[in-house]
Amino acid sequence: MGKIAKYTRRGFLGLGIAAAGGLAVGYYYYKKPYPNPLPDTLAEGDYSFTPYVIIGSDNAITIITPRAEMGQGIHTTLAALVAEELDVDMDQITAEHGPAAAAYYNSAMLEEGAPFPFFEDGFMAETTRGAMGVLGKFLALQVTGGSSASIDAFDKMREAGATARAVLLEAAAQHWGVAADSLTTTRAEVINPNGERLTYGALAQSAAKLTLPKPPALKDPSNWRILGKSQPRVELLEKVTGASIYGIDVQLPDMLYATVAMSPRFGAKAKSADEVAAMAVPGVLNVVEIVTSAGFGFGIIASNTWAAFEGARALAPVWEAADYPADTAGLKALWNEALDKDASFTLGGVGDPEAALQGAEVIEASYSLPYLAHTTMEPMNATAHFKDGKLTLWLGTQAPGIAAMVTAELLGIEAGDVEVITTHLGGGFGRRAEADVPLYAAAIAAQTGGKPVKVTWSREEDMQHDTYRPMAEARLTATLKDGLPEALDYRVAAPSINKSLFARTFPNMSSAGPDRSILDGSFDQPFSWPHSRFAAHQVDTNIPVGFWRSVGHSINGFVHESFLDELAVAGGQDPLKMRLAMMHDERHEPAREALKAVAEMAGWGQPLPEGVGQGIAHTLSFGTWVAEVVQVDMRGGTVKIEKIWAVADPGMVLDPGNFEAQITSGIIYGLSAAVGQEISFDDGRVVQENFYDYDALRMAGVPPIEVALLENSPRMGGAGEPGTPPIAAALGNAIFSASGQRLRALPFGNDVEFDLG
Amino acid sequence: MELQVNGQTHQVEAPDDMPLLWVLRDLLDIKGPKFGCGVGACGACTVLVDGIPTRTCTTAAADVSGEITTIEGLPDGERLHKVQEAWIKHEVPQCGYCQSGQILAAVALLEETPQPTDADIDAVMTNLCRCGTYPRLRAAIHEVAGMEG
Repeated sequence: MGKIAKYTRRGFLGLGIAAAGGLAVGYYYYKKPYPNPLPDTLAEGDYSFTPYVIIGSDNAITIITPRAEMGQGIHTTLAALVAEELDVDMDQITAEHGPAAAAYYNSAMLEEGAPFPFFEDGFMAETTRGAMGVLGKFLALQVTGGSSASIDAFDKMREAGATARAVLLEAAAQHWGVAADSLTTTRAEVINPNGERLTYGALAQSAAKLTLPKPPALKDPSNWRILGKSQPRVELLEKVTGASIYGIDVQLPDMLYATVAMSPRFGAKAKSADEVAAMAVPGVLNVVEIVTSAGFGFGIIASNTWAAFEGARALAPVWEAADYPADTAGLKALWNEALDKDASFTLGGVGDPEAALQGAEVIEASYSLPYLAHTTMEPMNATAHFKDGKLTLWLGTQAPGIAAMVTAELLGIEAGDVEVITTHLGGGFGRRAEADVPLYAAAIAAQTGGKPVKVTWSREEDMQHDTYRPMAEARLTATLKDGLPEALDYRVAAPSINKSLFARTFPNMSSAGPDRSILDGSFDQPFSWPHSRFAAHQVDTNIPVGFWRSVGHSINGFVHESFLDELAVAGGQDPLKMRLAMMHDERHEPAREALKAVAEMAGWGQPLPEGVGQGIAHTLSFGTWVAEVVQVDMRGGTVKIEKIWAVADPGMVLDPGNFEAQITSGIIYGLSAAVGQEISFDDGRVVQENFYDYDALRMAGVPPIEVALLENSPRMGGAGEPGTPPIAAALGNAIFSASGQRLRALPFGNDVEFDLG
Repeated sequence: MELQVNGQTHQVEAPDDMPLLWVLRDLLDIKGPKFGCGVGACGACTVLVDGIPTRTCTTAAADVSGEITTIEGLPDGERLHKVQEAWIKHEVPQCGYCQSGQILAAVALLEETPQPTDADIDAVMTNLCRCGTYPRLRAAIHEVAGMEG
């Protein structure tokens, strides 16, 4: 079995971990570092060096990897950053999530939230990115999202390793009475030129008394031993033996079990509920009301989870009506009304598209995308213990600081009195950044007489109370000149994720500025339109929308790249050559290279049998340029997805094996949605209930996927999300190529039949 | 009722219709089988009953009389099962939540068909994985089959 670090044992029992409020906005000057939260957590004989390194007298080395491990391998990559500079090998370290603390803020995520394309380096873009990063520090957002974890950590964690190594060298130099620069290190030992050696563990106590130096110069990448090479994942052993502790596995003494029955009509309250019937279910102990900014409903407390589920069924609440159109057709009408009205805002755009389109021969198309649920394998859950004015949460979360802040507000305590213990996450995909799960658990825990309670949602509750990928309707108009794109009018109607997020999470605050996620994947793409306009027609309802793997790029990646294919056909151009011809700017070079590479892998342009077709698409998202080709065979009357090729360029690849796995994962996630996923509404509530009516691809439906990586991009990009955006368009374009049928509404399974094995 | 789990006998008091999944997880504290859907649609709750993959969320505990093997009971003492070893070698798990069920389904497949074709794998490996680990999962099964050959 894998070695369990001392830190985990203490940490997991919730003993002696410093609790830190998420929103410690004080008078901190933004350059002043947040304090190291580790010293309060250490066992006898353990010493911390920076917030990221713990060294025990026994030479046990623990690296704090303060981002949510949800399968993206981030604990391995973050630990490798420290290990490289600390000069220890990966088999010598343990990676631990560590406490929720302000020291672990994520500024890279906010930097990419600035309203400029990734490749835009102008003064405004750079200053705004910088300012957003500072904001991240003030808000202490210890968030895992936006494919930003490695980018945020790249300097911080290498510097932590180098700093810790420097102070260990200094301690050794003092011990031997020699100059520090005469000493070398390897595998957690300091080596004296005379042959003597001291382990880091032996030096830890004396080194901990020294002042940490300024971070020394970091290694040149050409000298890397660990980074840039595939590393074995640090948590594999526990994951193949069933030993990983997910939120749903938390077990505490005297723990009660519960589930929730929240209003499926968002914003509506209960008219009635049969509490007598619920209480009559054996094992049901109590039914309590839940009133929060995220939703209204009931908690059903029982002696086991199954009894709680049965109790919720018996409770059968009757809900008030919703204040939004009750079905999908009504919602679509509302979205199309928004498209008829003036735009809410525009982003990017060049030239004078109105004049260019005036009187020209135009190509028009409308696209439709449904709401989507995340359906993580592990249904939503949280364990909460509220006693003596202090709350402890055991939570698989992408945002522990936010969870602490909102639950403190609900219970009327200080954020510092909330301790968040982050477990493994059985999938995240953006869903586990939300605060509704801990909020409901805290509301129930306030009514258990001080006993801990594990709150597990049923799959139906999970699917019908998600924070959905927004539904979107798009209308595009373009004209060509000499067969090439000349002018584009791009309009998309969708709700603002920021507005929805703030309403349910921070109801006393309002989100400022345009929500670029409505247009992400369109205005910010490497494509030289002579004339273009990208307009958001914001349409908000009480239906909660949130961050679904790749967020806005999943919407506009499909619309933008499908329409480019239509323009290529209209102009009599090869879709690949047309894209290459329109990527004029030298800053578009990574896109050109990715497209050329994927075309070569797929044998693009070679003759295919009648009924077999290839489709191509490229989307730049989260700083990573991804080109994909899909090949389909429709000769049997159904769509058989034969093969997928992908080329991704994140500028710098820290772990090729893991990066490939993430791109593949993102492709399959997007492919599942493109083939068959749709959340629809009827009677004011979500129609779909479980995997029988909202499925995802299984083994037999997934074709071989070949991935290659490039490093042409000038800045580092993310891994977890960028594989998703191009896949729906690449598939739709392949279906057109094979059959001449242009699909403009997702999921495609509503219009064509797929052969899924 | 009496349940045989991983070589141990457990006496449990539970309602007759309580699913085996919740008896294992909430009453016996055996957390390897995972809750995913509650309707037998995803396979995260898979265990072996006398070697046969069984979705425990829709199987009443009272109806089970055979020997139950969960992921916790798969290794031979400290030695991992060859399927677990192949899973590590191919770095199959991402979030890992479905993998207990996937591994047990693969163990049963390889027991029945030591050298499965891709079609054999497609027919039997129907458990859901939202991280999309299928390509590596397939490679790991072929690896074990190769060791057999």
